[in-house]
Amino acid sequence: MNQPVIDAASRPVIERGFRLQWEAAQNAHVLLYPEGMIKLNGSAGEIMKRCSGESTIAEITSDLERAFTANDLYEDVARFVRMAVEKRWLTIRP
Amino acid sequence: MADHSPVTTSPRKPGPPLWLLLELTYRCPLHCAFCYNPTDYAGTGPELGTQDWIRVLRQARALGAVQLGLSGGEPLTRDDLEDIVAEAHALGFYSNLITSGVGLTDARIRALKAAGLDHIQLSFQDSSRQMNDFLSSTRTFDLKYKVAALIKQYEFPMVLNVVLHRLNIDHVEEILEMALRLGAEYVELANTQFYGWAFHNREALLPSRVQVQLAEQTMQRFRERVGSRMKIFFVVPDYFEHRPKPCMNGLGSIFMTIAPDGTALPCQAARMLPGLAFPNVRAQSIEEIWFDSPGFTHFRGDAWMKEPCRSCPEKAHDFGGCRCQAYLLTGDAANADPVCDLSPHHHLVTQAVAAADRPPAAAADRPPAAAADRPLKEQPLVFRSDRNSSTLFVGRNDT
Repeated sequence: MNQPVIDAASRPVIERGFRLQWEAAQNAHVLLYPEGMIKLNGSAGEIMKRCSGESTIAEITSDLERAFTANDLYEDVARFVRMAVEKRWLTIRP
Repeated sequence: MADHSPVTTSPRKPGPPLWLLLELTYRCPLHCAFCYNPTDYAGTGPELGTQDWIRVLRQARALGAVQLGLSGGEPLTRDDLEDIVAEAHALGFYSNLITSGVGLTDARIRALKAAGLDHIQLSFQDSSRQMNDFLSSTRTFDLKYKVAALIKQYEFPMVLNVVLHRLNIDHVEEILEMALRLGAEYVELANTQFYGWAFHNREALLPSRVQVQLAEQTMQRFRERVGSRMKIFFVVPDYFEHRPKPCMNGLGSIFMTIAPDGTALPCQAARMLPGLAFPNVRAQSIEEIWFDSPGFTHFRGDAWMKEPCRSCPEKAHDFGGCRCQAYLLTGDAANADPVCDLSPHHHLVTQAVAAADRPPAAAADRPPAAAADRPLKEQPLVFRSDRNSSTLFVGRNDT
């Protein structure tokens, strides 16, 4: 299968059939899907909840840098998105 | 009631029952010979009502349960399924309908979509009409094809589940082709677990080692060919392993099943375990059941373990394996799962596997052979039915 090129202009969105939600009992964001559940760590949860299909990776990065007063997050965000696309948690909106 | 030896660690306060499975009914239009429902299901009490199930959902969700399976029996035989799904959705569960497809009409699937059902797991018994219909003792193959199309039409993620055993494991390639054709996103090739009806039919259902190896190779090739568009789950049947599976991640650690009569169980098969009075949701809250009832606390942690598990460095990984399997094969649920080659009872598994290495055609799907050609006593499959359930065993283990 052809994987789309993932760059700063890509708009990631949560894959159909997956659901991201905050679980107070686990104090974490979890990703729910058929037969499984992934408990996300803090940064993964913060990235995933911004993957609406509307924002580009560049925009998600700036938003995170603002929210956490951090710099140079782009590579971390892009690496996570690539991994999540490979695992089919996220897909790139055409 | 546990033997709290000072050399073992007492269980920490457990996390929530993240995974809740509601067996809404034992009623089922199919009669599968490998069904894991108890063989004496016909003797269980009346089913919970809609309000009972809704109370269970609310209490479990409040504790942190989030993955929800709706199973049975065939859950579609309940006409309040849509109400149960709607409540689950409103509470934030991720809900999965586990179905044979029988009863999933256009009207019902539309109503389930509207109620917020998240995905559907559809069972097939085989890739061929003849074997599907034989194994389920029904004519349901064509219907399942239609239901698969409906699931796609209503844009549910589809998990196709096929229970594998001696009579269909050689069809893995055809089964996977069928799944691809039907557009399944996930395929679960679930090797038969030998409890309930399957244990009773073990001799006819246990595949040979060669069958298992070939099936695994076929599945690997297929996986490489189709890549990520269809995810294939395949777990080697545990009889062929040297170490037991970490069954349920340890009893009472993440999983809770509610049987149709309201009995709360730490796994679907646990009702067979003797000496544990499993609580009922009619009388107790999910919170009391999860944290305080012996049915859930007894096998939690490792205080219950005997040797060789107790001193085993791997106990934190496999939790001693499956309590039901230990009980079924050795008569003591606190023994090591005999799948483990460190178990003094491991020969019980290796003997069954050796017996399965006979030529692969089984008695049930070929004409009877002459006695001289049949070194092993072969018994015909006993199909799950109300009649067989009433006659197979006279007593219940837990009374």
